Amino acid sequence: MKLKFGVVVFPGSNCDHDAHYVAETILGQEARLIWHKESSLGDLDVVILPGGFSYGDYLRCGALARFSPIMKDVVRFANNGGVVLGICNGFQILVEAGLLPGVLLRNSSLKFACKYVYLRVENAETRFTSQCRQGDVLEIPIAHGDGNYFNDQDTLKRLEDRQQIVFRYCERDGRVTEASNPNGSLSNIAGVMNESGNVMGMMPHPERACDPVLGHTDGRKVFDSLVENFVLA
Amino acid sequence: MDPQGKAVEHGVHSLGYTKVKNVRIGKYVELNVDAPTEQEAERITKEVSEKLLTNPVMEDFTFTVEKISS
Repeated sequence: MKLKFGVVVFPGSNCDHDAHYVAETILGQEARLIWHKESSLGDLDVVILPGGFSYGDYLRCGALARFSPIMKDVVRFANNGGVVLGICNGFQILVEAGLLPGVLLRNSSLKFACKYVYLRVENAETRFTSQCRQGDVLEIPIAHGDGNYFNDQDTLKRLEDRQQIVFRYCERDGRVTEASNPNGSLSNIAGVMNESGNVMGMMPHPERACDPVLGHTDGRKVFDSLVENFVLA
Repeated sequence: MDPQGKAVEHGVHSLGYTKVKNVRIGKYVELNVDAPTEQEAERITKEVSEKLLTNPVMEDFTFTVEKISS
């Protein structure tokens, strides 16, 4: 049986087709695009909020997309335990919607950062990383101007205690250093999940590192983990 | 916390205004609110500010209400 992926399309999304392609062609699952004005997700196993510049990043990244009609159903889906993956702008939308803690500020360099980075898997016991081992290093690209993860110290401590930090920016050998932090993120955080582990947001783009023709395939581990956990469940 | 403010502060200092401190970049939003009373206009402005215009994780807000004649 195939899993059903839904990729939400906001005005200004630009990684929606990449995510759809990965789900359908690379993973061999079912996938459909869902226009943000729809009020229902329909029957889905996984919802992806893709990268891009929804609503032109006006006001704050993700702030306006969070009020798109479909988001009510995304929140309902997530609160019922549905699996939601937010990539880049999708991560920004998830924090604005209150489904994930924190906020994404302007990169500390004030420059758009578009390059491959290394990510250390901080928690391999999640439905997004079960195909990895803790401490594995993945090479996945970033492309963002506002990826500087921020939170207050109490929340950071809570995220650490509950192992909600899924990925940290690191060196090739896995060392988490200031030099390997591409945007000034607090504690080098690149991806976090909610407490119940069904919602994850990450700034790097795993969907851009799946097709071997593009040169890197480490992003597949995120999607393969998702699929594996449904097969086992 | 405010990378843009820091960058602008560097610019101000390089102009020679070294006494300028704590530069912060924020946003200024104007709304016209059709309301019967100033209290009602304040209530609406406060709600809109909390729900959409600001993100409490990184922003505070203040506002003033002025009566305009139509």
